Amino acid sequence: MRDLVERALNYAQLKGVSYADIRIVELTSESLEIKNGSPEEISSIEESGFAIRVISDGAWGFASSSQIETREIERAVDLALRIARASATLKSGDVHLSPVEPIRADYRTPFRKDPLEVSIDEKLDLLLKADALMRKQPEIRISRAFMSIWKTHKTFASTEGSFIKQEIVECGAGISATAVRDGEVQTRSYPNSFRGNYATSGYEYIESLGLVENAERISSQAIQLLSADRCPSKTTTVIIDGSQLALQIHESCGHPVELDRVFGTEVSYAGASFLTTDKLGNFRYGSPIVNIVADATVKEGLGTFGFDDEGVPARRTQIVKEGIFVGYLTSRETAAKMGWRSNGSMRADSWKKMPLIRMTNINLEPGEWRLEEMIADTKEGIYFETNRSWSIDDLRLNFQFGTEIAWEIKNGKLGRMLKNPTYTGITPQFWRSCDAIGNGEYWRMWGTPNCGKGEPQQVIRVGHGASPARFRNVTVGVVK
Amino acid sequence: MKEQEAVLSTLEKVLRWSTADQTEVIFKAVDSYLTRFAQNCVHQNVAERDANLSIRVIRGRKIGSVTTNLLDDESLRAALAKADEIAERGKENPHFRSLPVSAEYPSVRTFDERTAALTPEERTEVARIAIDRARKEHFHASGAFSTGTIQVAVANSFGVRVCQSFTKSSLKIVVQSPKGGSGYAYRLSRRFDDIDARELSDQATEKCGLGGDPVEVQPGEYTVILEPYAVGALLAYLAYIGLGAFSLQEGRSFMCGKFGKEVMGENITLWDDGLDPKGMVVPFDFEGVPKRKVMLIESGVARGVVYDSYTAGREEGRISTGHKLPGPITLGPIPTNLFMKEGGYTVEEMIGSTENGIYVSRFWYTNVLEPVKTLVTGVTRDGTFLIRNGRISRAVKNLRFTESIVRTLSNVSMISRRTRLVEGIFSEFFSGSVVPALKADKFNFTGVAD
Repeated sequence: MRDLVERALNYAQLKGVSYADIRIVELTSESLEIKNGSPEEISSIEESGFAIRVISDGAWGFASSSQIETREIERAVDLALRIARASATLKSGDVHLSPVEPIRADYRTPFRKDPLEVSIDEKLDLLLKADALMRKQPEIRISRAFMSIWKTHKTFASTEGSFIKQEIVECGAGISATAVRDGEVQTRSYPNSFRGNYATSGYEYIESLGLVENAERISSQAIQLLSADRCPSKTTTVIIDGSQLALQIHESCGHPVELDRVFGTEVSYAGASFLTTDKLGNFRYGSPIVNIVADATVKEGLGTFGFDDEGVPARRTQIVKEGIFVGYLTSRETAAKMGWRSNGSMRADSWKKMPLIRMTNINLEPGEWRLEEMIADTKEGIYFETNRSWSIDDLRLNFQFGTEIAWEIKNGKLGRMLKNPTYTGITPQFWRSCDAIGNGEYWRMWGTPNCGKGEPQQVIRVGHGASPARFRNVTVGVVK
Repeated sequence: MKEQEAVLSTLEKVLRWSTADQTEVIFKAVDSYLTRFAQNCVHQNVAERDANLSIRVIRGRKIGSVTTNLLDDESLRAALAKADEIAERGKENPHFRSLPVSAEYPSVRTFDERTAALTPEERTEVARIAIDRARKEHFHASGAFSTGTIQVAVANSFGVRVCQSFTKSSLKIVVQSPKGGSGYAYRLSRRFDDIDARELSDQATEKCGLGGDPVEVQPGEYTVILEPYAVGALLAYLAYIGLGAFSLQEGRSFMCGKFGKEVMGENITLWDDGLDPKGMVVPFDFEGVPKRKVMLIESGVARGVVYDSYTAGREEGRISTGHKLPGPITLGPIPTNLFMKEGGYTVEEMIGSTENGIYVSRFWYTNVLEPVKTLVTGVTRDGTFLIRNGRISRAVKNLRFTESIVRTLSNVSMISRRTRLVEGIFSEFFSGSVVPALKADKFNFTGVAD
């Protein structure tokens, strides 16, 4: 492998590039899905390929291929070079990269049980057991249990002298129960919607999720939701559970701090950002108790790794400090424009794709409240749990979220269950109204396995640390 | 592209090796290119090449699936053995009936040599046209121009042997002005020569010019005129949540119990047709079943949904309509080549007949709130205008809508004569929707976006 990589970079240098890097990636993945007691999908993917990125004439060129062999690598270098030279005729200025020390290193996700070594029988048994418990009640029309595993071996090398090998292991699982009655459909999921919760870890993480232990609880809730009252339409106090807050952080903080969006390079697809560079260091994003970090080093985070796809070491960056917006996610190119060093946020979703600025783990740091105290301290409000829908505008200001379930809060106590709950707001107003954040006891990592960005679109896995938090004067019940 | 015979002989080889009761092998080879521009310069310009093989083996009713892009004999044997092991160790799926049998396929043209041979320099020139046009007005152009080829072959142990090569070319342009104006244009075709970059650049730039200094309007119910891009987004979600067999069988579709009954306005007729050359023609689906035209809504009356062989097998006497997507069966079949029947009006007549309304160019970040009610939310983007007394009066700030798609299609008062091919629900190689512009009453805006 090392020989192939060195030959590729030498070839690129002989062709006159000012910079080149190569990534060679091997992925093995496995996916299991049970629906109503039947395995609808048990599948495995084995794929590998390489990507060449070059700078020539001050512009980027990129080519990738699944055929990892010398002749194909040389074809890709030639193509990337031709693309760079064509791009250079429409550049706004030369690409400059912020400096990074050449690194020779290995990184491996720490884990105890290799999830790909655990037998399919054992995995199926776990999912089938949880699935059967959800279907004990006849009104559950669809029960589902999911498990996904990805093991990635990545080699990165650059003409600046870096040579990095990484083994990243990601896995997770989840269950959902859907109750149907008279045209009413309600779903509850655990530990999170959209196939569960995910982490960089081994099979011990899946075993710790408690799928079986929670199966009957969520199926009962799905049935109760069929006859629950609709979420009222009003402005009130809301308490949002950690899993939903994770997506709130993702959409309203994670995406707008991607510096490529800020510079306008995502306008044609994902949009731009309201967090323009003039706001850095002086814009009140949230209340003084709001502290948000980007941390690619946190244990088990789905956005945890050793080095990004430009060979920059993983690190922790403050994004919001005591409510003030103070940091971005950067690449070597965008950091250079600001006179900074990259904070290591460039990743591609596969060997095929060019790296983009992606979230790592964007975490809301824990506060001081116990959830029970937060509820007891709330005279009137609504407690929201588990995401169902999400939507936000292209500048990341106006959002609307729906959750699977909510409960009314009256005089410090959880009351009646509410169905089809929604809340909406404007990002800075919302975060400025945050007056209570759950403490470390309630804080955990949530994995978002389906973050989309870029053209061609890339879907990447990212993480969010969050505990429940309280917000004042929020519009709820958008759907009357 | 490899010769069809070579591709099919690889698939035959894997089928010969297999000892399973039923085996399916699908080959996909992709070469794709995308030139992306923003702020009047090219910032990302990429080429990708991949080829993979997906093997599905069935033992009894136990199914195992493996996909690999390691295509040497040893790797293919290992992939087949892995699929076999998964099937052996798995559990029976009682709903599975059979892989499909061989069929006659329509002969359709889906490949264009000129598009397949386009060079990086030619792609960059397309971006230059959009950028130069925007620069003339001191605006900023962003967008993506992509071309590509894909070869798909399907073979199974019941005699299915089919192979087809496809090209596609698409151009998307977003032009923005310093005053807050924004315009959008998009074109998709199998042929590069159908992409008129100058015309699209004019459309996006002129729309942007109309849009400076947007004012805020109060949320509420408005008469709207929806451009085909906006109509296409709503129909994609309608298809996703309610027009595939799974959603019907599981009680999640607005069509449940409604066949033969009126579910939306009688001026709405909606069908799926993978063989109509006005759309992105596709002769067969991802298990080798020929595409059939499926009437979904006829004059407002619920008529049908689309099936693959798995969902068809769950209903007595039902056959696949040719709508299997690639990958596992969990997603289910979805109509990917939608058509909506045109009306008799021009967009100008639709605007002229509107006293007080909102003109919507496109929607963004639409998501489903309540599937059975087809209730969705999203925001407007790249050209939202106030209509007053039959004329576009000025740009307004983007608005959030929260509305039922079925309710919207029940409130349509005018439909444009011209239709347009817009983005579909699935890959541009295989999907697109041919839709008109609509005028609909009482469309519910619930917030101001920016």
